[in-house]
Amino acid sequence: MRKIVGLLLIFGFGFYLVTIIGPVVFPSSTGEKASVGVEVLKNEVAEVGAANTVTSVVVLYRGFDTLGEVTVLFLAALGLTLLMKGEKHLQAKLFDESFILKTGSYLLFPFMILFGMYIIVHGHLTPGGGFPGGVIIATGYFIIVMTSDVVRLREGLVSFLEGLAGLTFIGLGLVGLFKPADSFLFNFLSKGTFNTLLSAGIIPFIYAAIGIKVGSELTGAVGNMFFSPYGRQKDA
Amino acid sequence: MHNILANLVSVEWIIYIASFGLILTGLFIVFTDKNLIKIIIGLDMAETGVNILIVAAGYIKGNTAPIFSKASLTPAQMTDPVPQALVLTSIVIGFGVTALALALVVRLYQKTGSLDVSKIRGLKW
Repeated sequence: MRKIVGLLLIFGFGFYLVTIIGPVVFPSSTGEKASVGVEVLKNEVAEVGAANTVTSVVVLYRGFDTLGEVTVLFLAALGLTLLMKGEKHLQAKLFDESFILKTGSYLLFPFMILFGMYIIVHGHLTPGGGFPGGVIIATGYFIIVMTSDVVRLREGLVSFLEGLAGLTFIGLGLVGLFKPADSFLFNFLSKGTFNTLLSAGIIPFIYAAIGIKVGSELTGAVGNMFFSPYGRQKDA
Repeated sequence: MHNILANLVSVEWIIYIASFGLILTGLFIVFTDKNLIKIIIGLDMAETGVNILIVAAGYIKGNTAPIFSKASLTPAQMTDPVPQALVLTSIVIGFGVTALALALVVRLYQKTGSLDVSKIRGLKW
């Protein structure tokens, strides 16, 4: 009975989707982009100077929206920490780590951090940026937490980095208000040489701040799941 | 509709089958399944379908990613960057929502000892 009602609802919704989205002509069939995309692609190099147009849209054209996105991620991490802090059964040793697993994770850890940093720093030149890079750094930490109990998380440092990165983002945005442009997140730095590491004004700095914020936030969330306020349980 | 039926194997068909299939399968799981973790997986599937729909809407066959990595590239050779930026935001939000929902499920399981929605008391409203 439940399945039949579910199927009926799905068929209704599917019919709705097809009738609404079916007549929409996608750029993939006509080969012409939406007008916003055309304008962004035409003016982006002169206005912003970032090789990666998606990054310039995310960080500058829709920068305020990204600030909201970072806030949503912060709230999710906060809720996760509040709900999961000091979980008893998670603090127990998950399994007896073998020598190979432990050594492998130690070997992998610095390279994952380095790769995450590379992704963050090159956000305005290649695909990637602060969000994926931060997740890669947090994953590196997660692997080492899962496989060994030697590493302790310095919670104070992580919270400090997170707050500092958030303040850097907002501060860089606020500096734009004092300049002649009078707008939040105005690109007040020089654009530099196109397609180099220090180009596109404030974009690399904002994306680095986002990367540090996401990385430390997720690291803190992972750490809080595995460590009680008094450190990981010794026996268990 | 007629331009979909005109050419059977085209990018539109991939968009429609992949995204609508994922959205509808995910919603079906949400409607019918009783296991909370499966409901979250269903929500995630529906979200992935929506992401595919948006990012495929900006795709143009044969064009490159909107990155001016070579001086020879012109805007006419590129795909639309705006949907890609939107989906980037959507993926991050979806990640946060999923993580929070799973944490809530863990707490609920500890409180009630069950993952079955129909067995969990105190949800009446």
